[in-house]
Amino acid sequence: MKALLTALQEVYGLFVEDGSLAIGILLWILLAALLFPRLPESAAPWRAPLFFIGILLLLLENVWRSARQKK
Amino acid sequence: MNWSHVGPSVVASFLASLVEFVEALTIVLAVGSVRGWRPALIGTLAGVVFLAVLVLAFGPALQLIPLNVLQLVVGVLLLLFGARWLRKAILRAGGVLGLHDEEAIYARETVALQQEAAQPPERLDWVAVATTFKAVTLEGLEVVFIVIATGALGHNLLPAALGAAAAGIVVISLGLALHRPLARVPENTLKYAVGILLSSFGVFWIGEGLKFTWPGEDLSLLGLAGIFLIASLAAVALIRRATALGAKPLPASRQGETP
Repeated sequence: MKALLTALQEVYGLFVEDGSLAIGILLWILLAALLFPRLPESAAPWRAPLFFIGILLLLLENVWRSARQKK
Repeated sequence: MNWSHVGPSVVASFLASLVEFVEALTIVLAVGSVRGWRPALIGTLAGVVFLAVLVLAFGPALQLIPLNVLQLVVGVLLLLFGARWLRKAILRAGGVLGLHDEEAIYARETVALQQEAAQPPERLDWVAVATTFKAVTLEGLEVVFIVIATGALGHNLLPAALGAAAAGIVVISLGLALHRPLARVPENTLKYAVGILLSSFGVFWIGEGLKFTWPGEDLSLLGLAGIFLIASLAAVALIRRATALGAKPLPASRQGETP
């Protein structure tokens, strides 16, 4: 049981190191999946770029915050 | 085979797998040189067999999953995986975290293994077996995931697997020749590049899975990677500047986070 738990923790660690970044990314994906299709059709070409900008901002904010905390 | 179609998958798979093979090799070498090559190789072989069973058991199941669902799930995992590497690479390049140092890891593992009680020669050294099994399984799982992530969705599974296999051959050959960790591999730079590539693939596949339209279709991958690169370089410069103006950076030996 302990070995299984350790294995699961290791696999979890492959994808998540800073929980706030992982949660932010997942929430943004959820938001994009739910809200973007409701945007007017004229905004359709902007859905993908907007989604990318959101991910980029999440990453940069997390990096900046982590750097300030670790200083 | 169209190189422009399979090239990004092969290169991403090769570079990312190279890093994982180097990390696994460091542990196997440390175990082998301290506790003996027999248990080190048994653990390695057991890890490889375990991974092969996993791939054979779950690999065909991928084809049963609807494409959109597969794109979304693989994209999410890929983005989480890539963003984790990219985040750490930015913090390392900015001087906030210490650089990944294979020689230091090798030395640390060697000391830890020397401190474990020595086994009588006739008994199998299970500590050594478990250590190499764990290293090979974990790093190998990352390789399997990288191959699936970079190859499965564009029907490039075979080229991506060949890229990973080439990385394995390069690292194992060098390891056999040198018998020491591959400290000269620019691992931090590679992780930076691979973090950008995997994050770009992840964002792209999530967009595809959600049926968003990418400007330029597949070519937008290059744009995503370029913007990730420029933005992360700007972040590194900002962090370095802030570090220089504020408190002293952390020493290079800081090992507060996992590799």
